[in-house]
Amino acid sequence: MSEKINITLKVWRQNRGEEGRFEVYQAQDIDTDASFLEMMDIVNEGLTLAGKEPIAFEHDCREGICGCCGALVNGKTHGSHEQTTLCQLHMRKFKNNEQIVVEPFRAHAFTVIKDLIVDRSGLDAIIREGGYVSVKTGSAPEASTTPIKKELAEAAMDAAECIGCGACVAACPNGAAMLFTAAKVSQYALLPQGHPERTQRVKNMVAKMDELGFGNCSNEYECAVACPKGIDVKNIARLNREFIKASLVK
Amino acid sequence: MKLDSKIPAGPLAEKWTKHKFNVKLVNPSNKRKHTVIVVGTGLAGASAAATMSELGYMVDAFTYSDSPRRAHSIAAQGGINAAKNYPNDGDSIYRLFYDTIKGGDFRSREANVYRLAEISNQIIDHCVAQGIPFAREYGGYLANRSFGGAQVSRTFYARGQTGQQLLIGAYGALSKEIKAGGVKMHTRTEVVDIVVIGGQARGIIARNLVTGELTRHVADAVVLATGGYSNVFFLSTNAMNCNASAAWRAYKKGAAFANPCYTQIHPTCIPVHGDYQSKLTLMSESLRNDGRIWVPKAKGDKRPANLIPEDERDYYLERKYPSFGNLVPRDLASRNAKMVCDEGRGVGPTGNAVYLDFADAIKRLGRDNIAAKYGNLFEMYNRITDEDPYTTPMMIFPAVHYTMGGLWVDYNLMTSLPGLYAIGEVNFSDHGANRLGASALMQGLADGYFVLPNTINDYLATAKLPKVGTDHPAMAEAETAAKEKIDKLLSIKGHRTVDDFHKELGHLLWEKCGMGRNAKGLKEALEKIPQIRAEFWKNVNVPGSADDLNQALEKANRVADFMEFAELLVRDALNRAESCGGHFREESQTEEGEALRDDENFTYVAAWEFQGLDKEPILHKDELVFEEVHLTQRSYK
Ligand SMILES: Cc1cc2nc3c(=O)[nH]c(=O)nc-3n(C[C@H](O)[C@H](O)[C@H](O)COP(=O)(O)OP(=O)(O)OC[C@H]3O[C@@H](n4cnc5c(N)ncnc54)[C@H](O)[C@@H]3O)c2cc1C
Ligand code: FES
Repeated sequence: MSEKINITLKVWRQNRGEEGRFEVYQAQDIDTDASFLEMMDIVNEGLTLAGKEPIAFEHDCREGICGCCGALVNGKTHGSHEQTTLCQLHMRKFKNNEQIVVEPFRAHAFTVIKDLIVDRSGLDAIIREGGYVSVKTGSAPEASTTPIKKELAEAAMDAAECIGCGACVAACPNGAAMLFTAAKVSQYALLPQGHPERTQRVKNMVAKMDELGFGNCSNEYECAVACPKGIDVKNIARLNREFIKASLVK
Repeated sequence: MKLDSKIPAGPLAEKWTKHKFNVKLVNPSNKRKHTVIVVGTGLAGASAAATMSELGYMVDAFTYSDSPRRAHSIAAQGGINAAKNYPNDGDSIYRLFYDTIKGGDFRSREANVYRLAEISNQIIDHCVAQGIPFAREYGGYLANRSFGGAQVSRTFYARGQTGQQLLIGAYGALSKEIKAGGVKMHTRTEVVDIVVIGGQARGIIARNLVTGELTRHVADAVVLATGGYSNVFFLSTNAMNCNASAAWRAYKKGAAFANPCYTQIHPTCIPVHGDYQSKLTLMSESLRNDGRIWVPKAKGDKRPANLIPEDERDYYLERKYPSFGNLVPRDLASRNAKMVCDEGRGVGPTGNAVYLDFADAIKRLGRDNIAAKYGNLFEMYNRITDEDPYTTPMMIFPAVHYTMGGLWVDYNLMTSLPGLYAIGEVNFSDHGANRLGASALMQGLADGYFVLPNTINDYLATAKLPKVGTDHPAMAEAETAAKEKIDKLLSIKGHRTVDDFHKELGHLLWEKCGMGRNAKGLKEALEKIPQIRAEFWKNVNVPGSADDLNQALEKANRVADFMEFAELLVRDALNRAESCGGHFREESQTEEGEALRDDENFTYVAAWEFQGLDKEPILHKDELVFEEVHLTQRSYK
């Protein structure tokens, strides 16, 4: 059964180009069936009516699939409940009168745009370097021409589940985008469609990652713990193998 | 305004091939002299932008999201249809065509639907080549499932994330073209108006959502791929940012709006649980394959489900539709759920829910089997409701899910405003009055990868397109109008929030123009909407400033358009005095309470032309001619 709880929210507020600070708000009578973002909606309605600016946070699907939402909740990405995005976190996970600290994802390559919204466009820049198969519309052969082992298709799907939320980057002590990049490299390393471009793909994507100020991977594996989709660190090992193989090719 | 659907002559199966041949082409070396604006990078927009860039056009693409990898399309779970007939169960292009026409309750164009069925197979070929990890059989070949009550297995899927995988595929193609220099991508940028010069769509006004700056963009053609308008109801299964603004502003600039009353209400969603609720979550339709839907026989029976004995339960779908049972189409399942709840037999804290019970299926197939099939859905349900569907029946209720209505387009997907195209869910589409499961993804990708990149050549090759610059007076005028609207919204500083107004409007629509509609209620809504709108413009509170990231302002700007659009939706529903597909007019039903179409008077697409906010729009009847199929009354008894 749901009940009503009171929460003290300590939220990071920051305007573009300014220093940030924490502000404290009270969230009263919150239904434990409400989602975390619905709790934020309620706080924002209150702030608006009190003549203050609501807290800016990104969200869209509220179903855990678009990858828009994300924040550090008590220091953990998405609140760190196993394989959960922030929009899927519910208030029943919190206790009455608890204080919750909410901050934007922090990483060298992610700058704060406003409050909890950060710039994650670096992830798109990595994909642009080859996170796809270069096939033009119209040139594809009949779909059943190439059978693909079920296990391979499944493993590729495991990697392809990434929602691009950036939690892996924010959870990594070095701010690396290794799990993100590895997931894409793996999907196309596993599938035959990806093979013609595999050498260039891994080289270019890794080079872009470095160029944009994402850190190095030192095998902390915090990324995989933080990943709301459970992307496996095995993908990082696969990226490393692909990278070594690619380095041997002239 | 004169509407010409431009359907090519000749036998149905040859129309598209012939039409492609008749389309004028743009010389390859001239293509890069043409700029096309694509608004929206969901499935339809991303696929169109990428493909047009591959052809050599210069494309400016816009999305309000931070990345084109995100759009509402990403949430599609079930799958995408194609007429491959891999399972050898009797499918064909013709059958997919027929099912779609019939499913749409004979309110769509034969030629468009046939083309869609024809292209469906190419989509699968292309997506497989892109490396989309579709589900496969042990032999390594592509797997199919039956979906949404179809009698053949023609749905391709990637676990429960088909929309995500298809969108990431289209986003990959788009990324490739951004890198190649053919597409300029404008993220976090919202299009706030369409600019018409010399009777042609020649550009847009956009707002940079980070800095608030208004910018002007010119082009030779503008493509809207901005999705559906379900969120006019406030609560729907659509992503929070989905809105009708781009389409609505195009309508106000001269593009006809077709069939706005055709909205689809999906039967299996998690019921509303509180007034703080921000959106509704869809539970996949596949659950109806094994779950049994019931309510107590007695009104107001508040006992927990497990204390209600078998003979006091009403499995109403199985009772009323013995041959289809729980697998009746979406509109029937939804309407019947509403009926039993209106009778006072609904369950759960609000009385607006019915049970979807897996107890029998678990007994028959075992818990492990059910877990293998639906485990992730059960987990999702548990996460949201904190209840365990293995031991307690799920509770579900219908919710607004998809909009078949949209901007009127001809066979080339051009709106009635020359140079303005509409693709994907934003056009009035090939789904008639009701969309079948797994066919929106198919339509969005057909439009974007295969139809538009062909048909747009004709316009670019033949239209007179005098050079215009961003300094054109029409550009300045549109920018000033956009700025004034924003300033006005910020200046009101009233006592109610944007959401508060949006909820009021949505609630009214749901009550009067939701699953059941009648003339009396629709007239009441027509009276009420302008009042809510007037109050909105007097009493809304939009905090913050215009030159900053301001989500309340973004929302206010969209809700202001919903306030106007809602009136057209209701007007269309009032005009269509027949029941068809998702539009159930209570006055038009059979003795048994089933929907009754009126083919004599309503076999047309209702296309509305804007005349000014305080004037009634003009109704244009775009007649539907059926040469191939016979119109029959749908029956699922
Ligand atoms: C929960 C759910 C499940 C579904 N499951 C299925 C399924 O299994 N199979 C199926 O076939 N269909 C399904 N559908 C329907 C299908 O997902 C959609 O109809 C389809 O994805 C719409 O695609 P689109 O490209 O037309 O629009 P969208 O994906 O909505 O994209 C719209 C784009 O336009 C942009 N945009 C809008 N307005 C502006 C503006 N003013 N300025 C700038 N950018 C703008 C947005 O940023 C976005 O990029 C489902 C729908 C829902 C809600
Ligand atoms: S809002 Fe889409 S993943 Fe959270």
